[in-house]
Amino acid sequence: MQVDVVVKPLRTIALAMLLAAALPTAAQPAAASTAAQGAASADLAPTVAPDPQLEADVQELSHKLRCLVCQNQSIAESNAPLAVDLRDQVREQLASGRSKEDVVDYLVARYGDFVLYEPPLKGATLLLWGGPALLLFGGAGWLVLRLRRRSSELDATAGLSATERTRARELLAGRAQPSSESPESRS
Amino acid sequence: MKAKFLVPLLLFFGLAGFLAFGLTLNPREVPSPLIDKPAPNFKLARIDDPASTFALEEMRGQVWLLNVWASWCVACRQEHPLLVRMARQKLVPVVGLNYKEVRGDGALNVRGMALEAETALAVERARGWLSDHGDPYVLSVLDVDGRVGIDFGVYGVPETFLIDAEGRIRYKHIGPITPDSLQQVIMPKVEELRRAG
Amino acid sequence: MIPELGHFSLVLALVLALVQAVVPMVGASRNRFALMAVGRPAAQGQFFFILVSYVCLTWAFIQSDFSVQLAASNSHSATPLMYKITGVWGNHEGSLLLWAMSLSLWTVAVTVFSSHLPEAFVARVLGVLGWVSVGFLSFLLVTSNPFDRILPGAGEGRDLNPLLQDPGMIIHPPLLYMGYVGFSVAFAFAIAALLSGRMDAAWARWSRPWTTVAWVFLTAGIAVGSGWAYYELGWGGWWFWDPVENASFMPWLLGTALMHSLAVTEKRGAFRSWTVLLAISAFSLSLLGTFIVRSGVITSVHAFATDPKRGLFILALLVIVIGVSLLLYAWRAPRLGGGGSFSFVSRETALLGNNVLLSVASASVLLGTTYPLFLDALGMGKISVGPPYFEAVFIPLMTPVVVLMMFGPFLRWKDDDLVAAVRKVAPTFIASAVIGLGTAYAVDHVTWRTVLGLALAAWVVLASVQLLAVRITDRAGAGLGARLRSITASWWGMWLAHLGVGVFIIGVTLVGSLNTNLDVKMRDGQRAELAGYSFTFRGVQDADGPNYDAARATIDVRRGELAIATLTPEKRLYRAQGMPMTEASIDIGPFRDVYVSLGEEIEDGTWIVSIYYKPFISWIWLGCTLMALGGVFAVADRRYRRLAVRETTLSTQQRTA
Repeated sequence: MQVDVVVKPLRTIALAMLLAAALPTAAQPAAASTAAQGAASADLAPTVAPDPQLEADVQELSHKLRCLVCQNQSIAESNAPLAVDLRDQVREQLASGRSKEDVVDYLVARYGDFVLYEPPLKGATLLLWGGPALLLFGGAGWLVLRLRRRSSELDATAGLSATERTRARELLAGRAQPSSESPESRS
Repeated sequence: MKAKFLVPLLLFFGLAGFLAFGLTLNPREVPSPLIDKPAPNFKLARIDDPASTFALEEMRGQVWLLNVWASWCVACRQEHPLLVRMARQKLVPVVGLNYKEVRGDGALNVRGMALEAETALAVERARGWLSDHGDPYVLSVLDVDGRVGIDFGVYGVPETFLIDAEGRIRYKHIGPITPDSLQQVIMPKVEELRRAG
Repeated sequence: MIPELGHFSLVLALVLALVQAVVPMVGASRNRFALMAVGRPAAQGQFFFILVSYVCLTWAFIQSDFSVQLAASNSHSATPLMYKITGVWGNHEGSLLLWAMSLSLWTVAVTVFSSHLPEAFVARVLGVLGWVSVGFLSFLLVTSNPFDRILPGAGEGRDLNPLLQDPGMIIHPPLLYMGYVGFSVAFAFAIAALLSGRMDAAWARWSRPWTTVAWVFLTAGIAVGSGWAYYELGWGGWWFWDPVENASFMPWLLGTALMHSLAVTEKRGAFRSWTVLLAISAFSLSLLGTFIVRSGVITSVHAFATDPKRGLFILALLVIVIGVSLLLYAWRAPRLGGGGSFSFVSRETALLGNNVLLSVASASVLLGTTYPLFLDALGMGKISVGPPYFEAVFIPLMTPVVVLMMFGPFLRWKDDDLVAAVRKVAPTFIASAVIGLGTAYAVDHVTWRTVLGLALAAWVVLASVQLLAVRITDRAGAGLGARLRSITASWWGMWLAHLGVGVFIIGVTLVGSLNTNLDVKMRDGQRAELAGYSFTFRGVQDADGPNYDAARATIDVRRGELAIATLTPEKRLYRAQGMPMTEASIDIGPFRDVYVSLGEEIEDGTWIVSIYYKPFISWIWLGCTLMALGGVFAVADRRYRRLAVRETTLSTQQRTA
């Protein structure tokens, strides 16, 4: 046991280092890319969006907005004309300095909550947002109840009674003499 | 039979009830949040006279319909005869909002087209279509880039908005108007609003 | 003539399904062996006729017989042969026939691998499967006849949806359906047990391999589907929480719970009613998925052309199958009860804890998927429930699952000491948290999601290693090789599948945190830089296929001086439907994918090109592969074969006696 306590953390740390060593190979290029983009070069292809940061924000927000004419796609994924228009709206408004919340409010005012893939928390969606937690607590409560009942049934049938337990403790402490009425095999 | 073992069955029946009800609903029809709200104001060029504009408040005092249409829209052709008949019977004034006449047409390539050229083309196409199919509108305005459409929450053409004397949107009809929807829903609402106003 | 033959075969199959549904059931209740014995040949005959029917339909597609409505709407004379064959299931009717065929195939498998089971039990299982088959075959024949003719026949077909003309589409639906439908066997076992009142450890042991095999198929099917979306949709998304995806994911979650619950029932005989409920629910959710895809009640990208009549029929089917099962459950389950004992701290408790969590997760997905429908039906407005909701709900629910998943195997069956067990894994747990934070810092992306994901992944990997070490060191004596050999296949299965979850989490977390992309306008000779790679545009050539026109770009990918790959993304226009498609080109690597898709041509010779750098994304599918492989190992365990042999001799002895 003593050895284990020392050896196991060591082993885990060794593994951690292995894993960590594998990661920078993935991480480095990500950092390098920004530098490369900054360097102007004659044959470097221009980005579609003049402002990549803005475009990233547009993309992020667009993925949370539902296209109204498509079956079930975000306005980022869809190429339906309305999706393109709404994406342009998002871009234009973000570019003019409005916040993401403003843009969302703008679209909700015109198209309703339907455009939001993340439904707002309000009366009608209380059960939607609270449901999983309710289910979780319900499920956990049910499980604990069942297990508790099982183990109490178990105690009643197979476990030692309170007097037996006291007797066993006394025997162990050497305070009592084994008697014929308490079977030794139990202690 | 202990009651708690019936719980899954009851839950399932509840779900099945909703699913059955769901079969009667159209999941693609999105209600407008603009109902009973002031209609978004706009000022757009008129098709009959592109040099002058039309603004929403010019219809103040009247109960009227705003009909979103385009010449490339197939379903508009379906409802158009009904609109023409309505105009002949002078049931209710209808203003046309011509939605993305040029850039909405998938068959046209408008890449790099200047706005003036696009507007001119839109006027030409819209006029041509109205003279072919009849012009039921009090007047029609051009929403070249679909911006006003977005303000009205338009997501498909045709759509029709019922606007009251104070300029509030009272009803939105999605898709082509049918004789049934006109007689049973739209006209009764128009009458009601006229009485109230 | 051939389509009529197919239609007729389908009718015969329905007749045999009815025989299979009724006769063995009667035999089982009256204890008449002659009647019970009808089940096997009826099931096999039914499969034969469905197969004939299926081949006939495929023939109509291959021959471009456009007087058959289905072929006319989903095929084209210029469609490549492969997609003519797979086009059969690229539509409602054909895919339903595939559904019926996989059900029938599973039934035949039951008839073949059930010689060790009591006759009455097999008869009931076949009867239940027969009823399900009756339901689906009549659904086919009444509302969705795939052999409908049109007069006069169409001159040319409308072609298969271009999205489906892809190698992924060749294997995705068969795998998925084998998984979906496979839960019908566990379901039938559960119903048969409820009917007979016999439900013991043996029942759980019989159900386990069937459940596991179905689960393996479903895992593989979902994984292939997501891989297909990844390269076909052109921007590298791999999971969208679309209702139809959820429809396959819910049975997967419950199937996972069922596999583990069966383990408890087998070991301890405990929680039988719960296991039975899971078996019923897993299949019910498969059926519900079928309804969602085919009724149009919930909008989805994947939905088939919908028809309210079909929706009503399948809803009725749903109500009958699930309603009757749950009614039977309510009636019979209270008598199950009992089972062996285990204490509060035991592997059983850990398994059941995860069972509850997985069921809650599944129920939450169901809630999110159907909630818009509830609100709409109650007239409370329309909302959308999408990825942000599911992610918000799912991460908190799955985190304890993953923690418990690796803790459970350290606990002993029946009874264990909590303090000792916690002490055993505490260093690993703490190390995982440190690694999570450390690596997130190392990749310069410290968000709670990245830290949590990496810590969980580290926990799974480290605990797996520790688990293996414990397993080996626990066996004293003998050499390392002997100790390794003493480990059972089912243990390796558990170990691999759990490790697979860890690998999956690494993929999900890292691609979620570190993926970068760039949209550029490129002309010949121009270069773009992303994530240390340079992409040089070498122009666009025509690359027309048999049923599409295409422009194919050539892009050289280099990293420094090193040539990495030449990518050839395409933009296709499928002639028959006039539908444009992007075909991404991907350089797949163990630690990253480089993904390029071709957009529009904005002016002569200048194209929009989207470049994506996706670190560790293939680990997502590697993880799924490990999970499925784990299932395969679990099923391959020797004890199933050994027991099968023993039980066969036992049951033959009983029969002869």
